[in-house]
Amino acid sequence: MANPTNSFRTPLGRARGLGSAKLGAQHWLAYRIASAGLAVLTVLFVALVLGLIGASYEEVVATFKKPYPVILTILFLGATFHHAAYGLQEVFEDYLHGKLSKLAAIGLTKAAALVLFLLASFAVLKIAFGA
Amino acid sequence: MAEFSLPANSKVKPGKTIRSAGPDAKRTRKFRIYRYDPDSGENPREDTYEIDLDKCGPMILDALIHIKNDVDSTLTFRRSCREGICGSCAMNIDGRNTLACLKAIGDVKGDVKIYPLPHQPVVKDLVPDLNQNYAQLASIKPWLQTQSTAPSRERLQSPEEREKLDGLYECILCFCCTTSCPSYWWNGDRYLGPAVLLQAYRFIADSRDEMTGERLDALEDPFRLYRCHTIMNCTQTCPKGLNPAKAIAEIKKMMAERAA
Repeated sequence: MANPTNSFRTPLGRARGLGSAKLGAQHWLAYRIASAGLAVLTVLFVALVLGLIGASYEEVVATFKKPYPVILTILFLGATFHHAAYGLQEVFEDYLHGKLSKLAAIGLTKAAALVLFLLASFAVLKIAFGA
Repeated sequence: MAEFSLPANSKVKPGKTIRSAGPDAKRTRKFRIYRYDPDSGENPREDTYEIDLDKCGPMILDALIHIKNDVDSTLTFRRSCREGICGSCAMNIDGRNTLACLKAIGDVKGDVKIYPLPHQPVVKDLVPDLNQNYAQLASIKPWLQTQSTAPSRERLQSPEEREKLDGLYECILCFCCTTSCPSYWWNGDRYLGPAVLLQAYRFIADSRDEMTGERLDALEDPFRLYRCHTIMNCTQTCPKGLNPAKAIAEIKKMMAERAA
């Protein structure tokens, strides 16, 4: 890693590499804001679900026609998938060393998180606005 | 993909055992030392030396010097000041990176295992190749940079401004922290590592430096800076009691401050 035997490039040339990507601060900040939000949203969402234990089908559907549970659930889903996608990106950046495999893994994770978020939100909205 | 074991030519094999302590020795200790000779073409091995502690000083470095002088002159290691200021004798002792000159033999229980700094190419025995680390240090320009015209006298600094450099200027660049960092193990070619980031912060925090923004620009990178996940091995292992993890956190805070 440090001394590829087939290269005459100087150590400083290798260390400077392609330069700084000028990226990372927004990712770092967003990751932390989402985790802080998730800490609050998880408690509220769990409280909401615990409150529905033993409730009938009609009562649950009625609950998810009110604005607070619907908005809370969608926010919770958004923060969860955002946090999961950003966290997995960190894992891939740490451990995947193939350029293409890393890019593919990060891209697929973000796409999957977005699709899952949309599907889950659609399900919640269908109850909220369905007959 | 991820590698879960050492490559076949890196596996450490059992080596020879040399007992130099005489039968009348009262205090003996076994030193199990990593040996690697690139010219032999063989795998590294672990040699065991049983020595008389009454024939050497109290520190691990004293024992290594005793072994080299009196038992096996082929043992290779770096050392210079023998008082924790040059950083030459950084190695992995009893599972932790530290300076051989500051680590007392009495602080280690059982056999004393001595290995080179982890995850660096080994030149010979306990001598790692630190060229990459030195190049990374040079890349962050570890010197004062200014734009204004040079003053006709010293560049002044208030006592409060000077205090901000405490805990930073003491770093001796032994790279115990960098080579203890898992993020550096996996991405050392791009991640700068705790020692270099602490040095970077030493100049970012210096009130006399005028290139703070450019320094932050150069560090803002998913790999150069943000591979740090606050694992804190660096702070735990630092033989000088410094806190590189905090210095890195300060850089991240400044990045957030200018991004938000």
